[in-house]
Amino acid sequence: MDIPRDLKYTKTHEWIKRDGTRIRIGITEYAQKELSDVVFVELPKLGQDVLQGRAACVVESVKAASDIYSPLSGKVVAVNKDLELDPALVNKDPYGRGWIFDISLSKQEEINSLLDANQYDTLIHQKA
Amino acid sequence: MYQVPTQSLTMDEKLIFEKSKPGKEGCSLPREGMVSSGLESGIPPSLKRTAPPVLPEVSEPEIVRHFTNLSRCNMGVDTNFYPLGSCTMKYNPRVNETIAQLSGFRDIHPLQPADTTQGMLKLLYELERHLSLICGMERFTLQPAAGAHGELCGMMLVRAYHKKHGNGKRKKVIVPDSSHGTNPASAALFGFEVVVVPSNERGRVDRGTLDRVLNDETACLMMTNPNTLGLFEDEIVPIAKLTHERGGLLYYDGANLNACLGKVRPGDMGFDIVHLNLHKTFSTPHGGGGPGSGPVGVSKEIVRFLPSPLIAFNKGCYTLEDSSPDSIGRLKLFHGNIGVLVRAYAYIRSMGSAGLAQASEDAVLSANYLRNKISKAYDVPYNDFCMHEFVASAARQNLKGVHAGDIAKRLIDYGFHPPTVYFPLIVKEALMIEPTETEPKETLERFIEAMLAIAKEAEENPDIVKKAPHTTVVGRCDEVLAAREPTLCYQAPK
Repeated sequence: MDIPRDLKYTKTHEWIKRDGTRIRIGITEYAQKELSDVVFVELPKLGQDVLQGRAACVVESVKAASDIYSPLSGKVVAVNKDLELDPALVNKDPYGRGWIFDISLSKQEEINSLLDANQYDTLIHQKA
Repeated sequence: MYQVPTQSLTMDEKLIFEKSKPGKEGCSLPREGMVSSGLESGIPPSLKRTAPPVLPEVSEPEIVRHFTNLSRCNMGVDTNFYPLGSCTMKYNPRVNETIAQLSGFRDIHPLQPADTTQGMLKLLYELERHLSLICGMERFTLQPAAGAHGELCGMMLVRAYHKKHGNGKRKKVIVPDSSHGTNPASAALFGFEVVVVPSNERGRVDRGTLDRVLNDETACLMMTNPNTLGLFEDEIVPIAKLTHERGGLLYYDGANLNACLGKVRPGDMGFDIVHLNLHKTFSTPHGGGGPGSGPVGVSKEIVRFLPSPLIAFNKGCYTLEDSSPDSIGRLKLFHGNIGVLVRAYAYIRSMGSAGLAQASEDAVLSANYLRNKISKAYDVPYNDFCMHEFVASAARQNLKGVHAGDIAKRLIDYGFHPPTVYFPLIVKEALMIEPTETEPKETLERFIEAMLAIAKEAEENPDIVKKAPHTTVVGRCDEVLAAREPTLCYQAPK
């Protein structure tokens, strides 16, 4: 299972890539596999405020519709419009072209609550 | 040994539009003497058609064969055993149909003066009394058009109740993680925030967590009893007490009432608001889009908020009465899905109270019989005495790459409608089986044989299961493509 070392993770299977105060968010390899074929991504709105641990958008697969929880609090500054045309990017390239949205971080200290790659690895192996 | 039937039906898969040829006619209208009604003079030109509609042109026998053949591809409770968990696909006695077709019910209009529709109003009035008695509630509205509509009605009642009591800040609705998907959806649709509580190791609501999340922001706790694992929530009385102490209301999703008739009443368990699925428990053909009917019953404190109008009986006359000024208003045109209401009334009256109790007993007996036999070859994660349904898992078969969905498809080859699969979400590879009370033991035995045979196939020849069904006109459709690129209307080739 691919778990890039340079990313942070949540218990709810989102990944976080940090560039200063700009944060990119997507779902993990494990999450896309569990969901199976993604058929629709309801993106958050640009400029929308999101709170840590609260639902920010929805990913729909043939199996289920799942909330995506914002790993951190902030304002949505970009959304991946490509997913509107090709939601399967979430399956094909979850850590790359399948990214979902960017936020500008508002609470620096929340970063400390995230999991690193090792911790996330342990988490999904407990589940399996 | 049960023999898998070979394919008995062949059909060209053309759409009716593809069978169309210009100039063919299904019915011949007179060429002359068709007089314009003059109605179109009142329609503004911007709303008038400029070109005739694109309709298929086929002969009458072609139409008859097209739809008859389509209907032969169908699998329903009139042709096959239909153990669809949480949906109560019981057999619908024909006498209910006969009664719903009586001219005095079928050929009247809801805008007729009430003194010309006394029979129908009496039926609705009495149906409300029967449902109230069966559920231990004070009154019912018959308006909601289906279960989810009933849930929405329930959420509106919850808000109206709290608002009246100055508790507008109660914005959270609690649901168990085993709940029907419509429960959180209805709550969210009406603007409530949804809080999920996990199930405990016995498959029941975890009281410890519930105790922590129930507070002065809680509007309501939505539950199904028995729950979607088919297990009776045996701590419902203390749960109701706790919910009420914290100022919340208790909502009953009636999808599983088929286990309870004449045995236990939601009102006595402490529920304040109840929706029923008349089309399930009270026997109307459903599936494939309805119509359904989702009456909502309430306790005394909530009657004043019920939708308007309600049916009253005054001085020997049945009338429609606008209810109190606190009413949430009208939810549906006229009186709800009236045909379903008539069938439910006929069902209740023909079964009688002893018959209804017997139905629930038989439903529970059948489910436990199947659970016991099927658990020899399949995992049953919460293998406890169940009510009218139980949830097995294909986890064991999964080791050979066979999924619950494959087993469901293979059952079609054996002549059974598949059970509900992948629900509830808390059971991996779930197969949710509800036999209902209407099946003879012979059918149950055949179903057990088929399930055990499929388990053996999964072990020895998994491919036959993974590629099922083998006996239908259409096998596996491309669900992913259908969801990603839905084409919902016929598109003529250019």
